[in-house]
Amino acid sequence: MIAIIDSGGANIASVQFALERLGAESVLTKDVKIIQSAEKVLLPGVGTAPVAMQNLAEYGLIDCIRGLTQPVMGICLGMQLLFAASPEGNTPLLGIFDADCETFTPAQGRSVPHMGWNRLSKLQGHPLLAGVDEGAHVYFVHSYFAPVTAQTIAATNYGDDFTAIVAENNFMGCQFHPEKSGLVGGQILRNFLEMPS
Amino acid sequence: MLTKRIIACLDVRDGRVVKGVQFRNHVDMGDILELSERYADEGVDELVFYDITASSDGRVVDKSWVSQIARRINIPFCVAGGIRTIADAKAILNYGADKISVNSPALERPEFISELAATFGTQCVVAGIDSRREGDKLEVYQYTGDEAKTIKSKRDTVSWVREVTRLGAGEIVLNCMNNDGVRQGYDIDQLAAVRAAVTVPVIASGGAGDYVHFADLFRQTDIDGALAASVFHSGKIPIPKLKAYLNSKSIEVRV
Repeated sequence: MIAIIDSGGANIASVQFALERLGAESVLTKDVKIIQSAEKVLLPGVGTAPVAMQNLAEYGLIDCIRGLTQPVMGICLGMQLLFAASPEGNTPLLGIFDADCETFTPAQGRSVPHMGWNRLSKLQGHPLLAGVDEGAHVYFVHSYFAPVTAQTIAATNYGDDFTAIVAENNFMGCQFHPEKSGLVGGQILRNFLEMPS
Repeated sequence: MLTKRIIACLDVRDGRVVKGVQFRNHVDMGDILELSERYADEGVDELVFYDITASSDGRVVDKSWVSQIARRINIPFCVAGGIRTIADAKAILNYGADKISVNSPALERPEFISELAATFGTQCVVAGIDSRREGDKLEVYQYTGDEAKTIKSKRDTVSWVREVTRLGAGEIVLNCMNNDGVRQGYDIDQLAAVRAAVTVPVIASGGAGDYVHFADLFRQTDIDGALAASVFHSGKIPIPKLKAYLNSKSIEVRV
């Protein structure tokens, strides 16, 4: 069973539907025991960093998530939550990756939020990227981003390079929405599902 | 590099996709799920569903099809039409829509935009704006889903675009009413003026009739995406051919 952490944000259904299309059963939950015993855990997130962290704290999930040993993947804001801090409301995050998130600055030809299809580049060898080509397009919607770090396994450029996919040990995250990223996103989710638990 | 988005708009009435000329004389174009799947398979970047009757009838969009679409397609989509409360928006987002678009209700009560942005994040909140060129003025229109109820609001387009952005809209869809359905090209000047007024993404709507209209839009403005309906629904401009054409003009699109 795949646990999708219900962090209180909207449109979590999309993630569940994407797993359904791949034939995987999942449960939306904020129950510590269910999350701890799941084969894999997804941490989606739409909304704001302070609200998401407040919800995780309220549900007693902060230490639970930090202590997970099965494959865990954050999506969009859920990926950012794995980092150390967000400028959005000066919010301390889960701190699994030690870099801080940053804010996009609008510029000529750079609308903010960064919304739409952009390319994955600088792909590193990682099981999550099996069958994914350099330059593949995926769908992003965000105003904050994580910088490129040693744990970045795919970067995207929007004025500057930022982390599109991060992975270390059992913790992974996608800044884009794999559940909305067509066949490429489906491949990445399938790769995640096929990882040994 | 962020690609220019090609967006198909499906005007929905009573669960069917329809299209009129300058908002009138609606003609049936097909089944929502069939058309959505066809577009996703053909490589459209995003879909927008407008329940064109909802705002003027005081109805909320029927939500069951939102969930059906979210189950079937793997690209983002936005739902518009008669969303008046946080509960309306939450239901639609929970059914799997990525964004909700508000138009007339925001004109009635602009703070609704801020409430939506505070609850769901600005990235979920699209401001739909129907703008008509009248002499040298750009005027915002309201309740355009029903010709009999359509009225001119008291707002000019550029200041309204600035206001909704300040309130927390994360994207603007600007429908240029004079051009809508007449297939003579996008209103480049108007779109450039709106683009220059704000920093959030701006999507052009109204006027696409031929391949070159898309190229003109992306070459002559910094607009983020192009929305069209009838030229896609009728098959006059197939999405894969449009994208190949734009690529050949060095305009970056997802292929």
